[in-house]
Amino acid sequence: MITLPEFPLDGLERIGAAAVLILISLIISRWREADLEKDLLIATVRSFVQLIAIGYALEFIFNLDSPLWTLTLLALMTTIAGRTAAQRGKKIPHAQWVALASIGLGSALTLGILVAVNVFTFDPQTIIPVGGMVIGNSMSVAALVMKRLANDFKEQRNLIETSLALGATSQQAARPQLRTSLQSAMIPIVDTTKTTGLIKLPGAMTGMILAGASPMEAVQIQIVVLYMIIGASAFTGLTASYLTYRQFFTPAHQLVE
Amino acid sequence: MKSPKLELKNLHIARKQHPILRGISFAVQPGEVVMLIGPSGSGKSTLLRAINRLLEPPQNSIQVDGEDITTLPVTELREKIGMVFQQVSMFPGTVAENIAHAAALRKSALPKDRIQELLEAVSLSPKFAAIQADQLSGGEAQRVALARTLATNPEILLLDEPTSALDPHATRQVEETLLRLNRERGLTLLWVSHTIEQTRRVGKRVILLNQGEIQAEGRVAEVLDPDGPYQKVLDFAAGEDIRTISS
Repeated sequence: MITLPEFPLDGLERIGAAAVLILISLIISRWREADLEKDLLIATVRSFVQLIAIGYALEFIFNLDSPLWTLTLLALMTTIAGRTAAQRGKKIPHAQWVALASIGLGSALTLGILVAVNVFTFDPQTIIPVGGMVIGNSMSVAALVMKRLANDFKEQRNLIETSLALGATSQQAARPQLRTSLQSAMIPIVDTTKTTGLIKLPGAMTGMILAGASPMEAVQIQIVVLYMIIGASAFTGLTASYLTYRQFFTPAHQLVE
Repeated sequence: MKSPKLELKNLHIARKQHPILRGISFAVQPGEVVMLIGPSGSGKSTLLRAINRLLEPPQNSIQVDGEDITTLPVTELREKIGMVFQQVSMFPGTVAENIAHAAALRKSALPKDRIQELLEAVSLSPKFAAIQADQLSGGEAQRVALARTLATNPEILLLDEPTSALDPHATRQVEETLLRLNRERGLTLLWVSHTIEQTRRVGKRVILLNQGEIQAEGRVAEVLDPDGPYQKVLDFAAGEDIRTISS
């Protein structure tokens, strides 16, 4: 059982006291004429309202303890992630579907495997925050892959068509671009994983230690989280690159204009 | 009369409801060199792309050796009909790897002597095989691109302004190479050219495209005659391309 550390302040008082840092930032912005005061205030208020709202929503859903509600919330998160990622691939036909399917499939597969091998249990307290991490990460990966591929297919059109004209199938002709797009999506997380703990303590671990877990408990979860994000990046990246590629080639191995 | 190597029958191609080619019909005999000329935007490149099926033509509008190309496996068709692009793209790697690209696609290796033979066919010395493809000059790259296309043993070559980026010396070399391949191997050439001089030098028969239609077709001397159809197109067309041609 986790015992929470004793904090001198609680609730709104605590948030209010931390807001002194926002105040200092506002003063710096005004003093150095960075012209960020309005944005800072909006960001502060928005984050407060959004997080308090999600706090109530989570408490509500945790108390319901219903798999259907949990899945509904995950589906909603996936939909929002899909719409956001699709913004990065506007030039791709059916970008919304490509993003939604990649994020949905990548996240579902990752969470499914973690539950199947008993790393996590399917209860709302676990699966919703973990799902949030997976879906959020998949969103960035899908956006990166889609943007990169759409760009490369356009800029390297001549090279791809040269390969097609030599008798390549569309999959053969697009292989270098597919490889690069997956690399561009995977490299950041692989690098983060390599240096993890050396540069900064990762978010999940920091949160757990603050909440009173022992460092070893926190480390265990953090390792699982890193593996999970690598898995989700691979699944989502692969799906996004395949689905994006399918939008650009016809069955007769032609690159669409 | 031999049956045509390539035959187009009332070919129409449109892009976003805008017609690019409007009822193109002509035939090319085996071993013939046919030049394709016309102002920019007249549909020359689109025509070549349709024959190579980089663009999908309507059924029964293009035949190769009497067969509708939309019924043939597209990868085989493209090995049979080689295409050389105006803007040459080299794959990363050596010249030899570029020439062996099509073989590598079929998971087979191209023997060294075959690579040498292909380099020789495009008038490049054997030492080019080991050079990185991104180190080549424009003329060398264009000839390597040609060797790369010849590696699939095509029967027809579609040439999309293959010398437009080359200096006069390199242009002549590529022209001579292509005509020699035509003479020695009976390679059929459909050649989009951007200059009148080249059309006169290399072609016997010429097709003049204008606004997606065949404006004239016949012997080079007739079509390019100062009182002939080409001059009329020149008089109407406005565009950089055509002005450079007329000068």
